[in-house]
Amino acid sequence: MAADLNAYLLVGTVLFVCGVICMATKRNGIGVLMGVELVLNGANVNFVAFSRHTDLGLDGQVFSLFVIVLAAAEAAMALAIALNFYNNHLTIDVDRANKLKG
Amino acid sequence: MSGENFLFSVFALLTCGGAIAVVVSQTVVRMAFWLVISLGSTAALFFLANADFVGAAQLLIYVGGTLVLLVFGVMLTASGPYMKIGTSAGETVVAGLIGLLFLFVVLSSVSGVKWREPVVVSAENIATGAVGNTLRPLGLSFLGARPDLSVSEPDQAGRTGYLLPFEIVSIHLLVVLIGASYLARAKRRAEPVDQAA
Repeated sequence: MAADLNAYLLVGTVLFVCGVICMATKRNGIGVLMGVELVLNGANVNFVAFSRHTDLGLDGQVFSLFVIVLAAAEAAMALAIALNFYNNHLTIDVDRANKLKG
Repeated sequence: MSGENFLFSVFALLTCGGAIAVVVSQTVVRMAFWLVISLGSTAALFFLANADFVGAAQLLIYVGGTLVLLVFGVMLTASGPYMKIGTSAGETVVAGLIGLLFLFVVLSSVSGVKWREPVVVSAENIATGAVGNTLRPLGLSFLGARPDLSVSEPDQAGRTGYLLPFEIVSIHLLVVLIGASYLARAKRRAEPVDQAA
């Protein structure tokens, strides 16, 4: 497979779709967070591929660095929320989070 | 098949296979393992795309920081050894179908676009690593200078560096990490329901 733009975009799309399926189907809260990480990495692969193969230049790589930093902050925050949920309900099953149900 | 294409095929297969394995795995510990494989191969893809600093940052921050944090989360929220949390078969089939449909739509629309002309990268540039050596241009752009652009061209005037987003992201990281560690402080755990008096 030639390492051209379409191949990188294919990899980015597969990562994104796997992340979305992970977010939609996993019942473990940490599993949902792993789906979020996959989605962000799919976007990063896209940015770096466009930086390499079009005239986007350095902007794509700078943006992917920002995405990495913000994903780390968001993962820490989401993990704090998940730990609080586990401490209150003694389970990490997201289907049990129905206290706010109308 | 050239060396770059072969390496790209290997790492692309590892990345996509690891991502599919994350979706398919039943236990969250195995999901974490396959996510490590997938993100490490993504870092290799970054190195192949002449983004050396981004690849190194991916390995350091994502694999070595965020994923380790997720594994700690898995350890701290572990349920009993015989409790398995799974999804029903119907939900899995519907999710798989929607995912495949979305994949097909995105790929068919993206492969028909004629993108702008690529940057010319010569063989000796790649061999000496001059193209992938992005550390200094990236560092200078975070300080506000753009050494890769010529500001005299009319469509590139005003494209300054990234000093303001850099400062904002630094403060953001500090505030979020302080908030997260306060939120996750040790509290009294709730009593199990069947032990209530």
